[in-house]
Amino acid sequence: MNRVQKLIEEKVGWLIVLTVLVISVAMMVEILPLMFMKSVTQPIKDVKPYTALQLAGRDIYIREGCYNCHSQMIRPFRAETERYGHFSVAGESVYDHPFQWGSKRTGPDLARVGGRYSDEWHRAHLIRPQDVVPESIMPPFPWLASSKVDAESLPAKMTALRRLGVPYTDADIADSVKAVEGKTEMDAIIAYLQGLGLALKNKR
Amino acid sequence: MKDFNSDFWGIYIAVIVIVSMIWLGYLVVSQSKVKLKKGEKAEVTGHKWDGDLEEYSNPLPGWWVVLFYATIVFAVGYLVAYPGLVAFGNVWNWSSTGQHAQEVKKADDKYGPMFAKYQAMPIEQVAQNPEARDIGKRLFYTYCIQCHGSDARGAKGFPNLTDNDWLYGGDAVKVVETINNGRHGQMPAFGAAFGEEKVRDVANYVLKLAGKPNNEARATRGGDTFKQVCMACHGADGKGNQSLGAPNLTDNIWLYGGSEATIVETITNGRDNVMPAWQAFLGDAKVHLLAAYVYGLSHNQQ
Repeated sequence: MNRVQKLIEEKVGWLIVLTVLVISVAMMVEILPLMFMKSVTQPIKDVKPYTALQLAGRDIYIREGCYNCHSQMIRPFRAETERYGHFSVAGESVYDHPFQWGSKRTGPDLARVGGRYSDEWHRAHLIRPQDVVPESIMPPFPWLASSKVDAESLPAKMTALRRLGVPYTDADIADSVKAVEGKTEMDAIIAYLQGLGLALKNKR
Repeated sequence: MKDFNSDFWGIYIAVIVIVSMIWLGYLVVSQSKVKLKKGEKAEVTGHKWDGDLEEYSNPLPGWWVVLFYATIVFAVGYLVAYPGLVAFGNVWNWSSTGQHAQEVKKADDKYGPMFAKYQAMPIEQVAQNPEARDIGKRLFYTYCIQCHGSDARGAKGFPNLTDNDWLYGGDAVKVVETINNGRHGQMPAFGAAFGEEKVRDVANYVLKLAGKPNNEARATRGGDTFKQVCMACHGADGKGNQSLGAPNLTDNIWLYGGSEATIVETITNGRDNVMPAWQAFLGDAKVHLLAAYVYGLSHNQQ
């Protein structure tokens, strides 16, 4: 029997070491270098950290599982850029922890939904999607209009994000509770949606 | 390469990939040494389980080895075409953005003349053209039905585009203007200024204007308020003002609904209605076709 084969088949320590090495090659080559790439780690022009209200809305987006049906990733194909606008670039997601790119599209992509519809449309649509789009199979989210934003947790969330590199100032964090005072979850998620993808809006 | 914060990463990637490929090559060569002549039996590995279970060390199947080499050759070609080995540069200048730009250019070359043809025609004429209407309908289905509905009849708060009743005017120029720049319709809230009773009075006058059943006494009182306040936008006769986007209240066509309760709600809280601007996103050629489609929805039936 061949020497290498003998080593791998009979010495379990070598089997483990070589298996780990093999399965980590893709990570070492395809993921690790991205962390040192400017276009991936630096925000493009006009990309700003979420405001306190938008951040609260983003957490509601995640809580309600919007990502199960909506991606936020316009791929560089004409069929997508004609419909949604400029394709997504990495520098737009640097403040997203975790990002909401997704790959499942039961509903449309939302990467550039900001400004595409009016606030009132979002309100009507989230309360009962079929009121504005009768063909829609999206479920209704009427409770968002009546529940208040969880303001107390915002400073802790923003502090955590700051540790991950989002440039929130002390003032941003201190003012966050006040900034969402009296706002409903509906206000928050609309603020979040209306801010999505504005950096490359109306560009081709 | 410029995109990395150090040249190290290009070399790092190239070294790992090339070493991996050489290792794979060595592996398959080293494992293909055993050859069996016809009728010859493979040796056993010496591993033994359950007393008599043994393992043959058969040579690798020929077709499989050939496929393995083929994947290595393919990988080399792939890494050249799509610049995977960063340190070696981008031989054929491939990029996903470049590929997208090419795809867009190809489509523009193909569809450009068609768009240009219709753009040169007046909207009233484009609206009669079946092919242009098909294109316009598809554009409408992509960008407009979310608010105006797939039948273009709108929804509560979103105008019906088929009834030839216009908030801002329905001639071709106005339709283009609306699509290009969007609209922002605002009605102020009068709940605090009027008080509950007065709001109901005005609502009854609005019902009367529309020719709907109403409380006569209330409508009379409401009429006075209307002439002092509401007529500034809706006109003395309640027929609205298209330069402000103030709806005609006499035609029994309602943006938010024509029940007394809804009218009371409208007067009390006001309304704020936005149509987004599309010029920058769609460009003039598509707006032209869309405007023609929308124009045709209410003008083609006559």
